[in-house]
Amino acid sequence: MNQIAVKEAPRSLKIRILRHNPHDPGSSPHLQTFELEEAESMTLFIALNEIRQTMDPSLQFDFVCRAGICGSCGMIINGRPGLACRTLTRNLPECITLAPLPAFELIGDLSVNTGKWMRGMSEHLETWVHQRDQDKADIDRLEERMEPDLAEKIYELERCIECGCCIAACGTARMREDFVGAVGLNQITRFRLDPRDERSDADFYSLVGDESGVFGCMTLLGCEDYCPKDLPLAAQIAFLRRRMAATGS
Amino acid sequence: MQIIYTDVLVVGAGLAGQRAAIGAKRRGHDTIVLSLVPAKRSHSAAAQGGMQASLGNCLGASGDNEDIHFADTVRGSDWGADQEVVRMFTHTAPKGIRELAAWGVPWNRVQRGKHEITVDGKKQTVEESDAAHGLITSRNFGGTRKWRACFVSDGTGHAMLYTMSNQAIAAGIPVHERMEALALIHEGERCCGAIVRNLQSGELLAYVAKATCIATGGYGRIYRVSTNAVINEGMGAAIALETGIASLGNMEAIQFHPTAIVPAGILVTEGCRGDGGLLLDGAGHRFMPDYEPQKMELASRDVVSRRMEQHIAAGHGVQGRFGEHLWLDIRLLGKAHIERNLREVKEICHYFLGIDPVNDLIPVRPAQHYSMGGVRTDHRGQSPQLRGLFAAGESACWDIHGFNRLGGNSVAETVVAGMIVGDSMADFCDSQEGALQISTALVEEFGRRERQRLVAISSGTGGENAFELTRLMQDTMTASVGIFRHGERLREAVDTLQGLQRRAANITLRSSAPGANPELVAAYRLKRMLKLAQCTAFGALQRTESRGAHYRADYPQRNDREWLRRTLASWPDADATLPTLEYEALDIMGMELPPGWRGYGDRDYIAHPDTERRQHEIDAVLAGLGETADRYRRQQALMPFEHLLPTHLRKRNQRVGDEL
Repeated sequence: MNQIAVKEAPRSLKIRILRHNPHDPGSSPHLQTFELEEAESMTLFIALNEIRQTMDPSLQFDFVCRAGICGSCGMIINGRPGLACRTLTRNLPECITLAPLPAFELIGDLSVNTGKWMRGMSEHLETWVHQRDQDKADIDRLEERMEPDLAEKIYELERCIECGCCIAACGTARMREDFVGAVGLNQITRFRLDPRDERSDADFYSLVGDESGVFGCMTLLGCEDYCPKDLPLAAQIAFLRRRMAATGS
Repeated sequence: MQIIYTDVLVVGAGLAGQRAAIGAKRRGHDTIVLSLVPAKRSHSAAAQGGMQASLGNCLGASGDNEDIHFADTVRGSDWGADQEVVRMFTHTAPKGIRELAAWGVPWNRVQRGKHEITVDGKKQTVEESDAAHGLITSRNFGGTRKWRACFVSDGTGHAMLYTMSNQAIAAGIPVHERMEALALIHEGERCCGAIVRNLQSGELLAYVAKATCIATGGYGRIYRVSTNAVINEGMGAAIALETGIASLGNMEAIQFHPTAIVPAGILVTEGCRGDGGLLLDGAGHRFMPDYEPQKMELASRDVVSRRMEQHIAAGHGVQGRFGEHLWLDIRLLGKAHIERNLREVKEICHYFLGIDPVNDLIPVRPAQHYSMGGVRTDHRGQSPQLRGLFAAGESACWDIHGFNRLGGNSVAETVVAGMIVGDSMADFCDSQEGALQISTALVEEFGRRERQRLVAISSGTGGENAFELTRLMQDTMTASVGIFRHGERLREAVDTLQGLQRRAANITLRSSAPGANPELVAAYRLKRMLKLAQCTAFGALQRTESRGAHYRADYPQRNDREWLRRTLASWPDADATLPTLEYEALDIMGMELPPGWRGYGDRDYIAHPDTERRQHEIDAVLAGLGETADRYRRQQALMPFEHLLPTHLRKRNQRVGDEL
C-alpha cells in the first residue's frame, strides 16, 4: 500500500538560483548553480536548506510553516510561480531554475517583501468587516446566527494565503504598480459576501471601481492558473466587475 | 542607534500578540508589534482543527458549560495547571469566540436536520434542532467530554489569524515586520523594551516601552522532528531567560502530537480522529481500544502518543522507507466530509505524500508539537520577577495547560490571554508603576552589548559550524528528551548540550554577507536555543515522576506527594551551562478539583496527603450549600475567580435556552 517505486540511483540536481543582495554594494543580479544529490521525498524547502547549510550560508529565502499553509515561500520555479515548500523535486526535471517573485520589493536572493505589499493592499482596500458599533458587540450573549452554507462560502474565499503568486502571474500587476490584483479583488468579494460587513456596492466601487481595481484586469487568468489554493479567482473578478459596472453606471 | 518610543511593545504577531495589541490600543495606548515574518504568516495560521469554547450549540455539545471545560482542561493538564487561571480561561473562551464571530471569522455553523456522523468506527444519524440552527457548531476532540472544538473547516487558525490581523490593521497598529528582539532592556527588575535587529538590513535599534509583551510562540524547533514552523525557536522565552531575572515555567513539559505525517513531520489535525478517524497498526488492526477502552483514539494527546510508541516498540508498526510508523485512517469519513471539513489534510496528503486520504491510509507518527512551558506569569500575564514584562499564548506559562494541553485549547488560549493581557498592560501603563524613567545611556549600553555579541560571533575563529551544532542539538533532544524519558539518557543529553554550549562559543561564520546574513542569525539563535534545550532537558532530569507529557520510564507514576510543583528555570549567571531550577508548589487546599484519575491513561499515582483533606472540605462545603444552589454558587463557594478578571469580562455567558 502506498509504495512508491524506489529509484535506482539518486539524481544529481542542478539548482540554478537568481541571486542578488541589495544590501551589498558589490552585488549584481546573477545566476548561480548548485549541485546536490536528490533525496527521497525531497522538497525545495529541504533542497534550499541543504544548499544554505552545506554550500552557501548567505543564501536568502523565506520559509515559515513549510506545509503550504502560510504563503511565505512563493517563488518562480522553472518559470512558474508556486510554493516552494510543497514542491517535490521528483516532479521537476534535473535542472531547476529558481527566481524571486517579480512585482515585489526584493529583500535578497529568493526573499521578497510580500508582507509590505499585502499590508498596503489591506490598508487600501480596508479588508476588514465594517460594522458600526462593532466595539459594542455583546460578547456575553449568543452570537449572531449565520446560514451554514454562507459561512462555508465565505471561508472558500478566505482560504487565500497572500502568497503573491497571483500577482507574479498577472500581466496588469507587472504594468501597474497600484493594481490590487486577484488577491485584493478576491478579498473585496469575500467582504461583499459577508453580511456582517455593512459596506454597500457604492462603497466597494470607491475602492476598486477603476483601473487599479477591477477594471484593470485583462482576464489573462494567470492568477487562477497559479493560485496554490485553487481559488475561483477568475469567476470572482468577473462577477465583481459586473457588479461594479452596474454600480458605476 | 535609533530609539523608538511606545507605550506598549508586543513581540510576536500571532493570535496572542495581535489580540493583546488590540486590547492595549483600544485603551488608548500607543502599541507597536514586532514580528519575524509578516503577521499573517505567524504559526497561529497552522492551527487546523478548532478552538475550544463551551458554547454548547450542536447536539454533541449540548449540556456543555465552563465547568466541564474546566474539569477537562485540569484533567488534561494532569493537575499541573493553575486552576484559578483555568477558570478565568474557560469563562472567557466563549466571549473570545463570539468576539471573533463579530469581527468576521466564518465559523462553521449548525445545520438543522439530520446528519450522518462517524462514532467508534460506525455511522450514526443525529438530528440538529431548529433552536441551534445558524449558531457556531463544534467537533469532537481528544480528552474532552463534549464536542467543544469550534472550527472553520480545518483552516481554523488561518481564518482566526486573518480576522485578527485585519482588525489590527483597522485599529492602525503598526507591525514592524522582519524584526527580531535580541535582548530585553531592563533596569534592575523593571523591563523597559527591547534591542531589536532588522532582519533585512542587519541594523540594531531600540524600542523603549512602558510594557513589553512576549508572544513569540513555542520552542519546538529545539527538536529535530517537530510539527512547528521553522520560526518557532522560542526566542521570546530565551531573551526573557537571558535577563537572569525572569523565570520560565515547566520547560520540560513538551507535547508530542500523535499524527504528524512521515517523514515530513507536518501536522494532520486531531479533527481527523475527532470526526471519527481511526489509528491502525501494521496488521491493519485498530489498537487504541486495547489500551484505552474509555476514550480510545480520543484520549489526551500525551496518552495517545505514548500508546502509539508503545505499540510500535512492541513490534506492531509499519516498516516504511523512513522508519516505522502507524496509519491514520479517515477513509470511513467519506469523500464529501473530507473535502469539506478536512481539506487542508487532503491537500497536505496530496502534496507531501502523493496520496488521497479518501482512498489511502496516512502514515503517521508522533512528533514534537507544543510547548506547555514558557515565560512564567501571574494570572494577569505579568512576570512575577520582572515588572513591565508580560507574556501571552504559547510563549507563556500562564498556566492553563500544566503538563499536557488539550487539542483546541491553544488557539483558545491565544485569544483569551490576548484579551486579558492586553487589558493588564493597559492597566499597568495607567498605573503609577507604569511610569518609565530610563536613561538613553542605559539603552545604548544594552545596544552596545548586543552589537559586541554579534561582532564576537562574526569574528570567531574556532571553526565550529552553527548549522551543524543546531542539528546536533535537535538530534539530542529528539533522541533523548522525547516521549519516553529515562534518567540515564537525560543525564547524557544534559552533558551533550553542555558540550554543545561550549562549542557554540567557537563558531566561525563562513559568510560575512551584509544585510541579514542568515548564517549569523543561525549562530546567535543557536546559543539561545541551547539554553532553552538545557532548561527542558535538565528540568526533565530533575523531575523524577511522570506527569502528562513528561513521562519517565524510570519513574512511571505521577507523584503528587513530591512533584505537585511547577518548575521555575532562571539563568542568573550568563556564563553558566545550566539553569537554576526552583519549584513553586501547587496548593491542593485551594483547588476546586483535587488530583485524581484523569479518566484515561494510567490509574496509578502517588497521592498527596492534602488531596483527601481537600476532598472532605469540598464535600462539606457543597453539602452546606444544599441542593438548591446552582452551579455558579457551588463553583463560587469552592474557588472564587471572577475578581481576577478584568471587570468587563466577568458577566455570565448566555447559551441556547438561557435567559441572560
